[in-house]
Formats: sequence, structure tokens, C-alpha cells
Amino acid sequence: MSSTEHSELIDSDTGKMGMWLFLFTELFLFGGLFIVYAVMRSKYAEDFHHAALELNAFIGATNTVVLLVSSMTVAMSLTAIQQNRANKAIGLIFITLILAGVFMVNKYFEWGHKLDLHLYPGSDVMRTLPHGEIMFFGLYFMMTGLHALHVIIGGILLTVVIFKIKSGKVHQGHYLLQENGALYWHLVDLIWIFLFPLLYLIT
Amino acid sequence: MTNSSTSVPLNYLNHQTGLWSWLSSTDHKRIGLLYMYSITIFFCVAAILGLLMRIEKIAPGQTIMSAQTYNGMFTIHGIIMIFIVVIPGLAAVFGNILLPIMIGAKDVAFPKLNLFSWYVYITGAFLGLYSQFANGHSPDTGWTFYVPYSAEASSNVVIALTAAFVLGFASILTGLNFIVTIHRMRAPGMTWFRMPLFPWSLYATAWIQILATPIIGITLLMVIAERTFHIGFFDPALGGDPVLYQHLFWIYSHPAVYVMILPAMGVVTEIFPTFSQKPVFGYVPIVFSSMAIALVGYFVWGHHMFTSGMSYESRWFFSFLTFLVAIPSAIKVFNWLSTMYGGSVDLKPPLLFAISFIFLFTIGGFTGLTLGSLATNIQLHNTDFVVAHFHYIIFGGMGFAFFAAIHYWFPKIYGRMYNFKWANISWGFLFVGFNLLYFPLFVIGIQGMPRRYFDYDPKFQTGEMLSTVGAFILIAGLFMMLANLIYHSRKGAVATANPWHGVTLEWQIPSPPPHENFDEVPVITRDPYIFDNPQTN
Repeated sequence: MSSTEHSELIDSDTGKMGMWLFLFTELFLFGGLFIVYAVMRSKYAEDFHHAALELNAFIGATNTVVLLVSSMTVAMSLTAIQQNRANKAIGLIFITLILAGVFMVNKYFEWGHKLDLHLYPGSDVMRTLPHGEIMFFGLYFMMTGLHALHVIIGGILLTVVIFKIKSGKVHQGHYLLQENGALYWHLVDLIWIFLFPLLYLIT
Repeated sequence: MTNSSTSVPLNYLNHQTGLWSWLSSTDHKRIGLLYMYSITIFFCVAAILGLLMRIEKIAPGQTIMSAQTYNGMFTIHGIIMIFIVVIPGLAAVFGNILLPIMIGAKDVAFPKLNLFSWYVYITGAFLGLYSQFANGHSPDTGWTFYVPYSAEASSNVVIALTAAFVLGFASILTGLNFIVTIHRMRAPGMTWFRMPLFPWSLYATAWIQILATPIIGITLLMVIAERTFHIGFFDPALGGDPVLYQHLFWIYSHPAVYVMILPAMGVVTEIFPTFSQKPVFGYVPIVFSSMAIALVGYFVWGHHMFTSGMSYESRWFFSFLTFLVAIPSAIKVFNWLSTMYGGSVDLKPPLLFAISFIFLFTIGGFTGLTLGSLATNIQLHNTDFVVAHFHYIIFGGMGFAFFAAIHYWFPKIYGRMYNFKWANISWGFLFVGFNLLYFPLFVIGIQGMPRRYFDYDPKFQTGEMLSTVGAFILIAGLFMMLANLIYHSRKGAVATANPWHGVTLEWQIPSPPPHENFDEVPVITRDPYIFDNPQTN
């Protein structure tokens, strides 16, 4: 492999800069949806009000707390690896993953409930709703769906980090991958912090 | 170095052999060549499609293809040329090969990510190709995928949308890699303002790539959701807004024009000082005009939509910004001409292509202002005038800059020299063919010939026929140039390390460069364009 000479470790600041830029592109990806949300909300303020009442703010709030705590545990895992406590770091990432699972289970019930009510794009019930409500539920599914996809990707990334810590590739001296995984997880959290009020709280 | 090829020292081309050593290489120069070969193949395919479209239009009425086939052809011609050839184009090919060398680095910041980007790119490229042939329903929406048609057309639109999404991802990763490389990998002593201007243009380009591309990504996903789940964002029957799609599409796709043209400007900015043996005129204004183009270019998208339904205020605002973005471009033209003024101008093939770049780009730029004016836009919107305008910018600008770049860096890349006489002849064919192909379209466009029509009123036939003749000349020139380059990349006379007496870092190392570019890390002690060793040819 010609990559042998190049496979030296990437400098931590360099790697983090790349990750930050990537996170910006992720924010812009969601930014497109935020633009659509802003346009549709200003066009159909009243319909958005009625549609948002359909969402369960309690599940939304629960999931917000779950994600905030998971962001804390992943940050704590970084401190643990800096203190050379690999097992503690693995444990904390594991808790993060469990919280991610809780988030997804809540999401599953939430979506399932909407599907039971036939409140999904293209359904028979949807066609009878006012335009603004159709837009709201379209945005709801697209935004939370894309976010859930990011939860899954973040979870996979953190699982990889666990294995890398176990195999000793991520350790006190070099934990760039874990740091980037944690940054990505904070992004997942951050986007939810915007989605939650936009969809659940502003009614 | 000047002996036979058997005694050539180890370099990036020969230090490992076999197909796998290329497909698994993280060497930025090899990845650049991978991009170049794939882009060349796709370019030839799309150019042939263009020629077929021109043959169809040699006479009014149906000549060689049906209207539906024609619709599919201009769509795939557009998708390939824009997303697969021109957007990656200069940045992925010459940016990869030369950026690390010109800033004195061994490689880009993330070599493995760089290789991964190529695989993402090639996946997207093949998806794009697949969308043409699967089920015999090639997309016929045009490369712009305008709703509502793209939400309804019974063709492989979803595959084509996915292809564009994947290609955008590759573009983001390349841009990200270049920004970090420029920030973190510059050689000791290479301050920002000692950096050559091609890297500067890549820097401006990379910012557009990472800030604009995600918008097209999410927009394409929305159209996919529109088609698969009837989500309705762009469907008025469900409360959506088709014009919103156009806004989202052009928020990316206008800056994408600058992704195409900024590296082209960077290339010719390298060529003019070298072939004038004179420092570039106005280094700092060139840097800031690049950044200004990147910034202002982000906010002019509305000029694609003057006839789509926008408020009067938005229209004059976008028109004003469009005129504003012309200023930094004009500054650059002024700088290039002033660089040549009073220099010892040596009209070798790279300079020939670079000068024709200025000529063609200026025509494209001025007609762009014609289109950016609100009053004339209404007359010219969706006519062949627009087609002529953007081909002057994209092909006359970026395309000719690509030809200039390959003729300039060819001896560095392959360590061999092409034949000057054939390079000049093929330039003649390309230049004459290009103008004959596209200039008549300005005229018949003003007379009212709409774009994207496979048939036309017989009164346009003179222009259409001249254009088709031009297409044949252009294609002939293209294959002449390719033959010259391909043959001499293996059989050409061995080139010296610095055949053009250039002063930037890539000319200070052997041709072809060694695997890790520099034996020892260069230390930069002065500005990039100082010609204090006058050499005669």
C-alpha cells in the first residue's frame, strides 16, 4: 500500500478543524429545511399553530432532556480518556448510546402514533387538511427524520470509538477520533435544540 | 534527468506499479490524475452528446433524433458537464496535483479522505450514467431539475437526483480538505500573502463548496421526498411553492458557477507571470477580488429567476448585486493584462490558451451583464442567448483554463513535453470552432430562438447551421489536442524540471515530482512571483 508513508497520525488540531468544517456543512444542510420552515410558517401561521398542537410536548421535552444528558456523558467520556481511564470512558460512551436508544424508541412511538392517525405525507387524511398543516407535518417528518438519521450515524461513530478504545488505538495520547465523535454528537444535540421549540413549543 | 527514460529516478508515477497501486493511492498527485482521467472520459461522452444535439439542429424538423431523445440528451449533457466535469474540474484535478506542492507540503491534510472523495465522486458519476440507461427512460428535466416537472416526470429522475447529491458530497469533502490543507500545511515562512495565487483561488473556491453545496443537497433530498412521499413542499396543490425550489436550487447553483470559474482564474494568474517573466500585477487585489467574488457570488442567485415571479424590490436588488460581482472579475482581467504589459511575452501554448480565456471570458462576462439587467433579461430569458452566455463562461472560461492548465503543468506532471506545433494547431481549431459554435447562438437568441427546443423556425437556420459546423471543428480540435497530449505523455521528449522558467515551488522540484514532493521541507523567505534570474530561451 502506498499509504504506509502517509498513515502517520493526523495532528489533533488539523483533524478537529476538518470536523468543525464538516459540522458547518451539516448545519447548512438543515439550514435549507429551516428556510422552508420559515417561509411556510410566515405563509400559514394559523395552520402551523393548529398542527403543532397535535405534537406531544411531553415526549419532545423528554427527548430533549435525554439528548442533553447524553451530550454530557459523551463530554465526560472525553475527560475520562484524558485522565487515562479507558474503562470509564467506554462506560460513559455506552451510557450515551443507551440514551440515544431511548431517544429513538420515543421517536418510534411518536411516529407510530402519527401513522396510526394517518398523519403522514400522502395519506388520505392529510389530503383533507388545510395546506399549512400538510406543510407542517411534511416538515415535521422530514426534519425529525433527517435528525434521527444523524442520531443513528452518531451512534455508529461512537460504537466505532468504543472498539478503538478497546484496541488501544484511541488512548490518552491520541483521542482525536473520540473528540470528533463527541463533536458530532453535540451537533445532533444542537440541531434537536432548534427542532424542539420550532416544532413542539411554538404553537 | 535528460537521459533516456530507463535512468529516470523514482517519482510518483513509477515508484509503485499496477492498477491497484493507483486505486489505493493516497498520494495527492495520483488522486489528481485519477480525477483527470475520469473527468476526461466523461467530458468526451458529454461533448459527443453535444455534437449529436448540434447535428439534430443542422436543419429544421427532425433530422437524427426524436424530441424526447433530444430532451434526454440535453439533460444528461448538462448533468455530466456541470456535476461530473466542470464543478470538480480544475479544483479536483489541478488543485489536487498542485496545491500541496505550491504551498510546500507533502500532501493534503487528509490523504485518505482525499482518496475516499474520489470513490464518492466515481460512485456519483456512475449513478448519473446509470440514470440514463436504466429502464430506457433517461431524465428529461434539464440539469436544473425544476419542479413541478421533476416531481412528476416518469423517468429516472430519482437516480439522477441521488447522483447529484452524491457528487455534491464529494465536492464538499474536497473543499474541506483544501481549506484545512491551506490553513495547516503551508511550509515554514509561507505566510498567507506569500502564497501563490492558484492556491488562493482554490481557497475561495473551497469555501463556496462547503457553504453552498449542502443547500443543494437538502434541496435534492426534498425533491426525492416530493416524488416518493408526496411531501408537497413544492406542490401548490398541497400548499407548497414551486418558486421556493428555484430559490433553493440557485442558492447553490449560482455560487457553483464560481466554483467553476475561480480556479480557472487562478490557473491563468499563474500562467501570465511565467510567460511574461514579470511579477503578477496587483497580487493583493487579485486575492481580495477572489474572496469578494466568493462572498458576493453567494447573494446573486435571484438573477436566474427574474421572470419566475419575484417582487420588484428583490429583482432590482439581485440585479444590483449581479453588477457588483462583475467588478472583482474585471479587476482580475485588468491585472492579467497589466502583468503582460512590458513583460517579455513568450507566446507558448499555455499562454495562447490563457489569452483566449480572457477573450472568451470577457464576452461571457459582458453578456452576463446583459442578462443581469432587468429589462433585457425579459427579452432574453430562456433563449439561446443564455445558452451562448454560459458556454462562453463555462467552456470558454473554465474549459479553456483547463486546457491552459494541462499545457502549462503537463511537463511537471509527466516529465515529458508535448509537441508545440500540434498544440498550436489544436488551439486554432478549438478557438475557431468554439466561437463559430456559440457566437451565432447570441444572434439567434436575440432574434427569439428559445433554448432546449429540438426544432426551430427555418429563419434561424443560418445561425443553427453555422453553429453545427463550429461544433465539428471544435470536436476535431479537441481530439487533436487529446492525441497530442496522450501520445506525448509517454513518448514526448523528456522535460526539464523547469521548462517555462517559472518561479513557484512546483518548478523547483524534479519533473515528475517525487512521491513526497520535497526531499526536505522548503523554507519560504520571499514573495511568490520574483523573477530575478532572467533566463533566455
